[in-house]
Amino acid sequence: MRFVPDREHRGYAATVRRLLADAGPHEAARAWAAGDQRPGRALWRSLADTGLPALAVPEEQGGLGWYPPELASAFVETGRAGVPGPLVETVALAAGLHPSTPWPARLLTGEHLATVTDPATATDRASAAGPGAETRPGVGYAVDAHVADLTFVLVAGGLTTAAAVGTPLRSVDPGRHLVRCVPGEAVSADPRRIRALATLLTAAQLLGAGEALLEGSVAYAGQRRQFGRPVGSFQAVKHQLASVAVALKFARPLLYGGALAVRGDAAADPRDLPAAKAACSRAAHLAARTALQVHGALGYTDEYDLTLLLRKARALQTAWGTLAACRAAVLTGGPLPG
Amino acid sequence: MDLEFSAAEEDFRAGARTWLRAHVPDEPLPSLETAEGFAAHRSWERELYEYGWSVVSWPRAYGGRGATLTEWLIFEEEYYAAGAPGRVSQNGINLLAPTLFAHGTEEQRARILPPTAAGTTVWAQAWSEPEAGSDLAALRSRAERTERDGGGWLLSGHKTWSSRAAFADRAFGLFRTDPEQERHRGLSYLMFPLDAPGVTVRPIARLDGRPAFAEILLDRVFVPDEDVIGEPGQGWRAAMSTAGNERGLALRSPGRFTAAAERLRHLWRERADPGDTAVAQRVADAWIGARAYQLAGYAAASGEAEDEAAPPFSASMNKIFWSELDIDLHETGLDLLGPGTAEIAEGLAESGWLDGWTFALAGPIYAGTNEIQRDIVAERLLGLPRGR
Repeated sequence: MRFVPDREHRGYAATVRRLLADAGPHEAARAWAAGDQRPGRALWRSLADTGLPALAVPEEQGGLGWYPPELASAFVETGRAGVPGPLVETVALAAGLHPSTPWPARLLTGEHLATVTDPATATDRASAAGPGAETRPGVGYAVDAHVADLTFVLVAGGLTTAAAVGTPLRSVDPGRHLVRCVPGEAVSADPRRIRALATLLTAAQLLGAGEALLEGSVAYAGQRRQFGRPVGSFQAVKHQLASVAVALKFARPLLYGGALAVRGDAAADPRDLPAAKAACSRAAHLAARTALQVHGALGYTDEYDLTLLLRKARALQTAWGTLAACRAAVLTGGPLPG
Repeated sequence: MDLEFSAAEEDFRAGARTWLRAHVPDEPLPSLETAEGFAAHRSWERELYEYGWSVVSWPRAYGGRGATLTEWLIFEEEYYAAGAPGRVSQNGINLLAPTLFAHGTEEQRARILPPTAAGTTVWAQAWSEPEAGSDLAALRSRAERTERDGGGWLLSGHKTWSSRAAFADRAFGLFRTDPEQERHRGLSYLMFPLDAPGVTVRPIARLDGRPAFAEILLDRVFVPDEDVIGEPGQGWRAAMSTAGNERGLALRSPGRFTAAAERLRHLWRERADPGDTAVAQRVADAWIGARAYQLAGYAAASGEAEDEAAPPFSASMNKIFWSELDIDLHETGLDLLGPGTAEIAEGLAESGWLDGWTFALAGPIYAGTNEIQRDIVAERLLGLPRGR
């Protein structure tokens, strides 16, 4: 057993990290939130140029192979940077759409962004759509369907195109909008693979966002002075940050366990994927709450960039597997939350 | 990267499982914290040793089988899944031995390790003092130089909270050998017999009334030079390498928690009120925590195989994680047992949960309190300013 990323894997994650750090992801996220998707799309094309979506598609179908752990590491980086857009959904669809369908090729090049409804939102009881809201099975929210090139709906046992889409509704994450979608024509796809990958990559983004929130909080606590000393020298602050570090440290092995369960490794447990989503959600939640507390009022502002991640973490915690659904899957031995 | 055991690792697991199935006692041994139970656990250590399962990761020369760290993790998983007895020798095997491997002489290793592995010599720890707990460097017990009997040291002072000392044979700990030096300078790492002239052991009852630890009073107790580990005056460094083991994987192997989490899941299946989603959530979180620690162990073993030594703060992070998990896990078990059964300390098969809970409660306190561990993580990993 070699349960650590090899040199090539680490090198790829470092490449993605550098690329994103240099690309100004927070500006792209702000522009996306303001309705200008161009910088975000350019960012996604440069990620696609590194082969990112191709890591979800076998070689005979034009991809680079089936590499869930490497994908997880790359998505930790997109989470750390707070890259906008339905990247999780695009890569999950690239992996799960049947190769005979016309769409995967343009997802691999980064030319197209695609999105898909999270089936757990089909039972959403929100009143947003008004009285008599649609309660048909299969109707649910897809993130950013109003700007995606392709939209699909996950229905019981399959995938369909989206026949109609509703008004985009703002998310707590200013870089996301949720759009109600109605199923259309059936599409050849592997819905379990789509859901598994969406859960894995969302967990990865949560871990990355949590690590960035910790890093930003540590930097701030080291520099902000009160009572004549850095607030980071107070034990009450240090211990909270140490608890975040511990939660994040022990979420990462589960993330890789989840990735290898998706890949089908013999000693991976099917429960590793929902366990990974639960652990990454809880760690990111702790990181976000602690970041807010450590930053004080600054952490409560719209303008401060780190708060983009604070809000993204909240949105992703319930996306593609709520904590309750993940815990239930762990108890029943099911490989997918919900 | 992968999560696949090699054929050799699978063979190792099968060998351990077969042996344990044939040898683990059907009935639990009497409590380790009684004279009768201590003797029974000592015999069990002897049996493990005779078949080569006592210290699988040690070199063969000292009674081990030269197993890899991954194989050691596998052994521990099988050991606890089989419901095998607690290890009375753990102080010696997991804490003293790594110090001897790192800082001891070949003579010391050859003399001390085999009887330690066989349970012939059971060790107690002698770190804390009445005025030196979390602040270990404040310790006052001293060792004075003597030239009698070929040269050595005379130990005087007061050690306390010494686990296993009520029934153990020998102890190891830190003493001030240079009275001119302060704090962590001028300390030496020494071993001494608990039945030597000048030693008084006063057992202390822990929460359940059993003498799980003791005070040790020392009045000019002679220790020959051959029982100093490392250079005199360099004891702090040697002790900190032991501390890493006490806080890390070695002392509380993941197998202990994965086995307990599986038992908890079974208990939940058998006993839980299906409407009690709050307890279901805690059972799930315990399983997730144990699995996280197990996978972190595989990662550490894989990293070590590639010569990537774990950084010093990683033991602190492990200790925070397992000690808090251990309490959550056992408290959930007690809540599942419910009224009556949960509080009955004897005569029930389920009383193991209460024992486990009592044991777990000490976790965030010993081996450096979790507050000390969080200081270490904040300062050494995160680089936050020193100070409290």
